Amino acid sequence: MTVERTGRPRRGGGPPGEPRRVAYLYLLPAFLVYAAFLLYPLVRSVQLSFYRWDGLTLGTWVGLDNYLEVVQDQGLRAAFGHALVLMVFYALVPLVVGLGLASILNRAKVRGLGFFRTVVFLPQVVAMVVVAVAWRRIYAPDGTLNSLLSAVGLGSLTRGWLGDYTLALPAVGFIGTWFETGLVTVLLLAGMGRISGELYEAARLDGAGPVREFLTVTLPSVRGEIAVALTLTVIAALRTFDLVYVTTRGGPGNSTSVPSYEVYHRAFELGQVGSAAAIGVCLTVIIFVISFGITRIGDRETT
Amino acid sequence: MNPRRPRLLMAAGVVGLAAVTACAPGSNSSTGASTPTPGATVSTDAAGMGKVQLIVWDQEVRGGQAAQMSQLNQEFQAKYPNITIKRVSRSFDDLKTTLRLALSGNQPPDVVEANNGRSDMGAFVKAGQLRPLDAYAKAYGWDARYPESVRQYSSYSPDGKTFGQGSLYGLPQVGEVVGIYYNAKKLAAAGVQPPKTWAEFETALAAVKAKGEVPMMFGNLDKWPAIHVFGTVQGRTTPADQVTQLAFGRKGASWTTPENTKAAQTLVDWVDKGYFEPGFNGAGYDPAWQAFSKGKGAFLIAGTWLQADLQKTMGADVGFMLPPGQSADAKPVATGGTGLPFSVTSKSAHPDAAAAYINFITDAHAMQVLTKTGNLPVADTAAQQVAGGLQKDVFTAFGTAVKGDGLLPYLDYATPTMYDTLGAGLQDLLAKKATPQQFVERLQKDYSAFASTNG
Repeated sequence: MTVERTGRPRRGGGPPGEPRRVAYLYLLPAFLVYAAFLLYPLVRSVQLSFYRWDGLTLGTWVGLDNYLEVVQDQGLRAAFGHALVLMVFYALVPLVVGLGLASILNRAKVRGLGFFRTVVFLPQVVAMVVVAVAWRRIYAPDGTLNSLLSAVGLGSLTRGWLGDYTLALPAVGFIGTWFETGLVTVLLLAGMGRISGELYEAARLDGAGPVREFLTVTLPSVRGEIAVALTLTVIAALRTFDLVYVTTRGGPGNSTSVPSYEVYHRAFELGQVGSAAAIGVCLTVIIFVISFGITRIGDRETT
Repeated sequence: MNPRRPRLLMAAGVVGLAAVTACAPGSNSSTGASTPTPGATVSTDAAGMGKVQLIVWDQEVRGGQAAQMSQLNQEFQAKYPNITIKRVSRSFDDLKTTLRLALSGNQPPDVVEANNGRSDMGAFVKAGQLRPLDAYAKAYGWDARYPESVRQYSSYSPDGKTFGQGSLYGLPQVGEVVGIYYNAKKLAAAGVQPPKTWAEFETALAAVKAKGEVPMMFGNLDKWPAIHVFGTVQGRTTPADQVTQLAFGRKGASWTTPENTKAAQTLVDWVDKGYFEPGFNGAGYDPAWQAFSKGKGAFLIAGTWLQADLQKTMGADVGFMLPPGQSADAKPVATGGTGLPFSVTSKSAHPDAAAAYINFITDAHAMQVLTKTGNLPVADTAAQQVAGGLQKDVFTAFGTAVKGDGLLPYLDYATPTMYDTLGAGLQDLLAKKATPQQFVERLQKDYSAFASTNG
């Protein structure tokens, strides 16, 4: 793509963004912001992860020690395990519930669809910290959940939910389910709204029932939306911080600790900045790989 | 394909690599004037220091705390018109997270309120960012004014490794002590007096339980509340000097002693006997004391910081005492400490003025201001004029503990990771996921690993 050197032509001809050099110039302002607030911190985090540094004095180079610790430390491995469990509650359960809800809302063409859509989506609007504080009250030993259980004669099931070693993590995860279901449902509803009615008609003429209709028409048509929903919710699950910070602080014992909480805890409370950076980098890589995988699957299946 | 592409990529790679291998983190934070010349004369003549501006970072943002700070700042500037205070106040959490960056910057504040523990004040001392105040302590007579058990909380060796001994790096304004709140009505209903000895206390717990009441309110969802309960019990079973040694993370003590195991066993026994509110590991700290203030439970082991709130809702029904000893006249022993100490930064250009300021906000007059604004002053506590009731109980208790040098440091001061180890360990212990033996072994592992590398 050469530009005539003599008699510079006025712009007008040629595709926009030619010559290339000028095109890059257009990108520059956005790139500078991106570089300053994203690329630089990222590179710096990678650099920090090779050091043992308390944030104050001169750091010492430790090579891959911080990463070895991530792999070897039982507590940290457990934290990553908890994040995987949370993924089920944040991504899979909302997807299943959302698919059901969305297809019912879509098929039934209920009156006041807008109202139901708003109600389902409402948790998304509330700040996570507020959600966490509210649920902490619900799960308290004298909280709403226990009063409800006692009221229906299930008093034997009552307990301090967030203090129970086996149930604390599912309890925290359930808050995530409650939080993400609305987002997934609304996304899927939008996708289903775009499906042409003719497809359903054709299916019905071929003798398909509601289930068959759902499997052959609805599900394949919203694969793109499913991929988006999964990407968003999986990322939300892996970077859970505020929820754990407010509800359990990783307890009881360490049964609800998650990687993002460890990053904060190590960097700001323990002064182990290098180790925190290493966990952060690992988390970034994991999130990248998983979301890359999801989008690849989503793309392949839609085309 | 654009032929420039590989070159661009390579350039980007080189730049990236350069950034990664660039100077080590922390290399550009000069240690500044970390070692001021010893024997240098210090001035206490604040009026004769010329025009000075002091930048002060504090965390006194709530009600009475904010009131005393702004009053004292005003009075200080009125007394010394040549010194102006530029105050920056943030909440405790905000201060904790931003102070690190501020201190390693090129223009740090002159006076900062730094948390006592190893990961804050200890780390700053190690990095040479705080100025030792020994010369000022001598000039202003702080050593005589504050007993050892108060000063230890802001003392470090110059390398930051030894906590509780060495040079003085700051002075606190307020004190706090963990004791036992009791509901007088509930005790009367159970037919017992406020206990004078530890044995009487345990008898009272049993008597309340027999009445079908909850003997002790306790919410441990936040992990740390159990540290205070355990510390209170440990103060009865383990000699005070050993607890101090363990809590400051200094070499030469051990967690795996029969005394410490007995303390852990006592807590487990209390769980077995149903002395705690059931489901305590899932109940929050705030809901627990709020329930106590509404008349649930007979006892509450907690710090003096709850005094104002409890007095407001319970009035004359609530009392406070230091944890009783084996006999009624035993030496007082209680977990406690001070508020965040005020320190002078090494890079401050006006250390004399900064020290004069710290002296002013901690002198006898300041202690009266603190009392009037509803705080618990760290010095002259017993001498303050307060109305009766709970506030009087609290002032008497703290005064007694300080006078008897009976303050035991918080156990989580010991090592940077002890807060987690102890918090999670106690949750495990109380939920029967760990035996008392396993519990003390876990603490010993943390403590000895730190003590051996810390030298």
